[in-house]
Order: sequence, then C-alpha cells, then structure tokens
Amino acid sequence: MASETTTVVSLRGVDVPLVRRGSGPPVLVLHGGEGPVDHLPFAEGISGGYELLHPTHPGFDGTPIPEHFDNLQDLIFLYLDLIDSLDLQDAIMLGFSMGGWLATELAVMSTGRFSKLVLVDSVGIKPGGPFDRDIADVFASSAEELVKAAWHDRSLAPSVADMTDAELQKVASNRIAHGLYTWEPYMHNPKLKYRLHRIDIPTLLIWGENDGIVTPEYGAALRDLIPDATLTVIPEAGHHPHIEQPDQFAGRFLEFAAS
Amino acid sequence: MRAWFFTEDAYPYLPDEDSYESIRVNLPNKHFDPATGADLYSMYLDMWCAADEMGLNIMNNEHHQTATCMVPAAPIMLGILARETKNARLLILGNPVSNRSQPVRVAEEMALIDVLSRGRLECGFVRGVPYEIAPANVFPYRGAEKLWEAHDLITKAWTTHDGPFNFEGRWFHARQVNIWPRPYQQPHPPVWVTMGSAGSAAQVAQRGHIGAVFLAGYPRIRGIFDGYRKAYLETHGTDMPIDRLAYCALICVGNTEQEGLDGAEKLLWYMSSNKVPPQYSNPPGYHSPEIAATMMRGSNSGTGLPTSTNLAEQMARGNVFAGTPDQVYEQIKSFYEYCGGFGNLMMMSQAGFMTFDETLASMKLFAEEVYPRLKELTANYDAGQMQELRASLPDVENVNVSSLASEFVR
Repeated sequence: MASETTTVVSLRGVDVPLVRRGSGPPVLVLHGGEGPVDHLPFAEGISGGYELLHPTHPGFDGTPIPEHFDNLQDLIFLYLDLIDSLDLQDAIMLGFSMGGWLATELAVMSTGRFSKLVLVDSVGIKPGGPFDRDIADVFASSAEELVKAAWHDRSLAPSVADMTDAELQKVASNRIAHGLYTWEPYMHNPKLKYRLHRIDIPTLLIWGENDGIVTPEYGAALRDLIPDATLTVIPEAGHHPHIEQPDQFAGRFLEFAAS
Repeated sequence: MRAWFFTEDAYPYLPDEDSYESIRVNLPNKHFDPATGADLYSMYLDMWCAADEMGLNIMNNEHHQTATCMVPAAPIMLGILARETKNARLLILGNPVSNRSQPVRVAEEMALIDVLSRGRLECGFVRGVPYEIAPANVFPYRGAEKLWEAHDLITKAWTTHDGPFNFEGRWFHARQVNIWPRPYQQPHPPVWVTMGSAGSAAQVAQRGHIGAVFLAGYPRIRGIFDGYRKAYLETHGTDMPIDRLAYCALICVGNTEQEGLDGAEKLLWYMSSNKVPPQYSNPPGYHSPEIAATMMRGSNSGTGLPTSTNLAEQMARGNVFAGTPDQVYEQIKSFYEYCGGFGNLMMMSQAGFMTFDETLASMKLFAEEVYPRLKELTANYDAGQMQELRASLPDVENVNVSSLASEFVR
C-alpha cells in the first residue's frame, strides 16, 4: 500500500484535513456529496504513479461548517486559497459529482496550476429547460429510489443497518453539508455554461453507464460545452464508477493522465 | 387564561392509505375535490365564527402541499375572519418566515389584518415542520437564525413611521422599507414564536414575546417552559407574566366521559393520518446530525413527533385533554401546575372527520363549563407560589389520568 499522511491545512480560520497518498505528479481529488474517497480501492489503483491529495470539504466527515459558509461559492474560494497554499504545479484535478462541479468552477477561473481535468459523473450545469429534471432530486428521494438511481449493483450501496451510530451521524452530517453546497439553484450554476469555454486543458469525463442521478446524456451535454473534452462511459456502473468498477476506472484515468 | 380555538382545516376524504406514499408533499391533488373543499372551507370559517360568539379566541395556521391542512395562506383566512368576527383575538401561528422570501410582504399582510380587525391580530412566527421544506424549496439549515432576521425586519417595518429604512441582512434585503398600512396596535401586534427546547425558548424570552409549545406533553414541557422563565428573569429582571406562555393540546369535552373520549379519538386523526416518509420528515439541515441519524434508523424518538396514536397514552402524556368538563379541567390543571403555569391554551378541538355539530358541542361545553375555571386559575396565579408547587411535583413521563378523573368527578 502506498504511504499515507494526513495533515490539516489552515486557511484563514478554516481547517481543511488533507490526506496525501502515493508519489509522483500531484492529483487534487475533490470528493462528492457522499464524502471523502481516499480509502477506496480505486485510489490505491492510481496512487502508484501519482501523489493523490484528498482534502475534505468543510462540513464533511465530522468537520464543522464555517459560520460564513452558505453555498458552493464559499467552497470555491476556499479551494482557490488551498491550491495556492499547496503551490500545485501541473496537477491533475479529479472531481466526483459535486466535487466535479467544484473542479469545473475552479477550472473556469484559472487552469494555471493544472495540466488536466477529470470529471466523474459530475453535476454543475442544467442542459434542459425549467420543467426538465436534469439531476435527480436526491434530497426528496426515498432511500430505495436513491439506491436504484445511483447504483448498477445495488448490493454495493452502503446500508444503514451495517453502520455504527457514529458512522451514521457522519452520513447525516455529510448530507447537511451536501445540501448546503447544492440546494439552490439545485446542483448547478446557471452561469457556468457561459464560462466553460475558458477551460483550456484536456478534459476527460468518466461516466457510469447506468447513472440515474446524472445520466450519460447529461455527461455528453457537459462534454459538448468544454472545448477539449472526451467522454468515456463505463459499463455496469452507476453514479460511482470508481466504486463499482475500480479497475476500469483506474485504467481510464491512468491512460488519460499519461497521454 | 385565554383559550384559542384551533382546527387545522383537514381535507380528510382520502383514498386507502396504502395507495399513497405520503399525505404531505406528493399526494396528488386529484384527490382534492374543489366542491367538497368549498364546503369544508365554509364549515371551518363557521366554526371560527362560532368560537367568536362563544367568547373564545381564534387561532389558525397554514401548511403546504398537504391534505392535513387545506390552508396554504393563513392570512387569507384571517382576512375573512377580521371582517366576520367581532371580539375574538385573531392568532396566526404562524407565518413560516424561515421559508418565505419576502418578510416585508408578511409585515404588510399582518398590518392589513390588524387594521381590518381594529387591532385584534396576534402575530406568530414559526420555523415550520420539516415537511414544509420540500414545498418551500428552502434549505432549512440555520432556519432559526433566518426566522429571527425576518422577525427583526418585520418588527422594524411595523414600528417605523417616518419614511423608508434600509435592511441588508444575511438572508433578506429590502432597501426602501416603508409599509402601508401600519399596524392598528401600537407599537405593534403581540408576537408569538414557537419553541421546542430550552435554547429556542430563551431566544423568545429574551425578546419578551409569547412562547408557544405544541404537544410537548409531560416529558418535554418543563425543559422548555423552565428555559423560558429562566431567560425571561435573566433578561428582564422580573418574573415572567403568565400570559407569555402558551400550550397547544387536543381537547374534547363531552357531556359524559365516553362522549369526550369518543370525540378525542376523532381528533387523533391529526396524528394517525400523518403518513410521511423519511425524505420529507428528515430533510438535510432541519434536524441535528444526531437526530437525523436516529431518524435514518427509522425512529422518531427525540424528534418531537408523536410516536403513538393511542388515546390513553396521549392523554397520559398531556397531549390530549378529554372527558367531562370536570375531567378536562382537572387534566389541564394538573398539567398547568406540573409545568409551572401558562396563560394561553391553544385547543385543537376539530380534526379529521369530527363534524360541525360535534365540534360545536365540545366547544360550548368548554366555553361554559371549563373556561371560567381556567380563567380563575390564572387570575390567582402567583409566580412564587406556582414555583413552589411546581417544585413539589416530581418529574414524570406520564400521569395517571384515571386517578385525576376519579378524584375530582363530582
């Protein structure tokens, strides 16, 4: 297993836990609404040739929500500071779902410190009209509906019954932070599609073929708005292809990263 | 004691409960028949008018996207009642200001009702129940802070009479606030705020407003009311006047014990019909992570939501007062002494399929047989004596209602 260190980056009073894993060119990993992904097998699969930097967004994994935080804007500006603080150079930015939206927002501001962008089942835009539900309403869905929408192999979905009280409270806290960052406009920034032309680095979109939260068609719409972007779809995977198909996921990531 | 007649204006004619997921948020409105709805609105308005004629005060509220409450805009009903009633105080409990985007509009509506009624409005502000989040589309995190920001803007709008002022807060912005009309009552209508813990009670007490509690029962009422009294004393330097606290229970008075209990069983529709799935009762940011986690396990404990719809249990918990006038009086008195006294009794005396005649019969018995004794009870309120009495009664989860009844039935 690759070496792992955990530090805390303090940014003007906001403490961001940061897990570093592996060695090589840096990959900034931005997790989604389910929380940190540093412990997952896919991370092991790509940490051989890269140093993965896993910050935890404030509010996730038991960390406090800063008093002045209201929405994703606050996270975007926190990460502008984090990226400067880490002095990243030629890094790959890898974002999952909400973290993909965050990565996209950061990329339209500046790609100066990044060489490539990877978005996994990402949210952030609204391709359809007002009456279209482009992104499943995860906060108004039953647990069963959510599992159905998010997983190809439903047996892999986390089960409340298997969690300790402490783990479940962490899930509940993550859900609050997820809501804070994505509530309205729901999971997207209406302005983002007018800014995506600014992304001037190669971009790979990785999508689970059976994602019912944001479908591959949504991924294609996002791809079409980013200048140098390709979409690769992983079969037998839902919203979390990195969990359902970790080897395929790692393979496609590594191929793109090395290209 | 001031008593407030309350019905939540249910639309009870629903299909088989197994055929729908939730009575709130997503129950299709094809199940609402407009002609039946018109009859029900008429009946509910008649009930409130009857309350006025009986010398009771009136309380109403609003909910959204639900058959449990057909009124999504309480100010509209109050506007009618301002005109149709003569004496009753008109309580709205309340305006869900955490979920509304325009507090100035609320200030205007309330001022209008106050003037229409010539100063009979009592204006409540509530955070709202969790099932209101989806209809409002508002993220509930920091909802209490948002409520108080709206409150500050509204009270300033009511009390500013020399031209526009500016408000640029965290949630609400209005740069030229100058409402017409201004309220009839000066400096403004009495303000009520709901509370569910010692912490939320302290915030109401510090501002000197009326703190209202719904169905906390014996298990939770002392924590909340004690919190209010303590914060009031600390802030204002005097004991809280008894009219600062309010309690809401389901109440049915019968000519016989059985008649009262039968009516109370009908009132329990309010609890038993409340079929709501977790995604609506546990939206992110409404509950603390600790409570949200217990709800994810499928438990309602700690949420303040009723866990049983058994009448005997709900009576023992102090959520339902029912029986003969004597019994109802003694049940209320027992609860009143246990919690250290309150000056407002909000009485949900109609719910579900309870008919107009059944409701009026219960209200009349209450107004004639119970209410005068409750008024006498609070007229003799002495803060020191009451606290001694309260201290002499040990903490309980439930009371033995039958012992109360047998001891005092004449």
